[in-house]
Amino acid sequence: MAIGIVIVSHVAEIAAGLKRLVKEVAADVPITTAGGTDDGGVGTSFEKIMKAFEENPAETILAFYDLGSAKMNLEMAMEMTEKEVKLYDTAMIESCYTAAALAQAGVELDAIDQQLKPLKVK
Amino acid sequence: MGMNKDNVLKWLELFAEKIIENKDYLSDLDTAIGDGDHGTNMARGVTEVMKALEDKKPETVTDIFKLTAMTLISKVGGASGPLYGSAFMGMTKTSMTTDDLVEILSSGLADIQKRGKAVSGEKTMIDIWVPVIEALKNGELTAEKIKTFAEATKDLKATKGRASYLGERSIGHIDPGAVSSAYLFETMLEAGVK
Repeated sequence: MAIGIVIVSHVAEIAAGLKRLVKEVAADVPITTAGGTDDGGVGTSFEKIMKAFEENPAETILAFYDLGSAKMNLEMAMEMTEKEVKLYDTAMIESCYTAAALAQAGVELDAIDQQLKPLKVK
Repeated sequence: MGMNKDNVLKWLELFAEKIIENKDYLSDLDTAIGDGDHGTNMARGVTEVMKALEDKKPETVTDIFKLTAMTLISKVGGASGPLYGSAFMGMTKTSMTTDDLVEILSSGLADIQKRGKAVSGEKTMIDIWVPVIEALKNGELTAEKIKTFAEATKDLKATKGRASYLGERSIGHIDPGAVSSAYLFETMLEAGVK
């Protein structure tokens, strides 16, 4: 599949939980996660994000995050990775769910973008 | 000239000590307006920086800054990881072509702003980096001034960073990131980096 999803959260369980939820509507969309710090604490990890990019088989990745510092680590990882990553400043759960459902239905990136616009919260 | 391998290593060592000594204070400041982990995160970061410098023994100012940047980016966990990491990355780039402290710190500031998108007056570490560089340019930077700059963040309303969720309620508290940056500049003076 051309479009994949990366979820970045300060808490590992939030990232894993959202993936579980989203898989309900997007069984075939590749989803990888980066939750918590390297030592399992609350925070985000640049290295985990790089790994989530690399392990995702899709060429185009849609990235969703929870809070501010996750975005900074995401942006750093985006500068380092070869993949095309699109970062969304949208409500994480709702927009990730919407994007995944659309990707599963084979909807193009532009149309996904349009549908996520009203969900921008940050 | 004022910046060399020895005094830069001394600077980072003093900075690490100061952060570790004041770990609880930094976290207390952060508890008031953030998520309470600034001290713990920074202490973990500087401890790892000390270990990395010990293991890899970088030979030049540029390599020291670069190793510091990479370690902070990967080990700090909170927002200060990417921010301090970007600062040292900016300093790394400029230290390749000059040993002018004002230029090097200005480049650190530029990279913090590129990463965090903050400007002056938003109650962030920017509110100490900007006046410190200005004072340094005029040859008037003192430890006393650095403290005053950090204290001045108390009256600001946070519009960036975790404290911004509190809006008006953030007024009356010193910004923890400004204090850890104050330690960075105080120890820079103590180490004789100029």
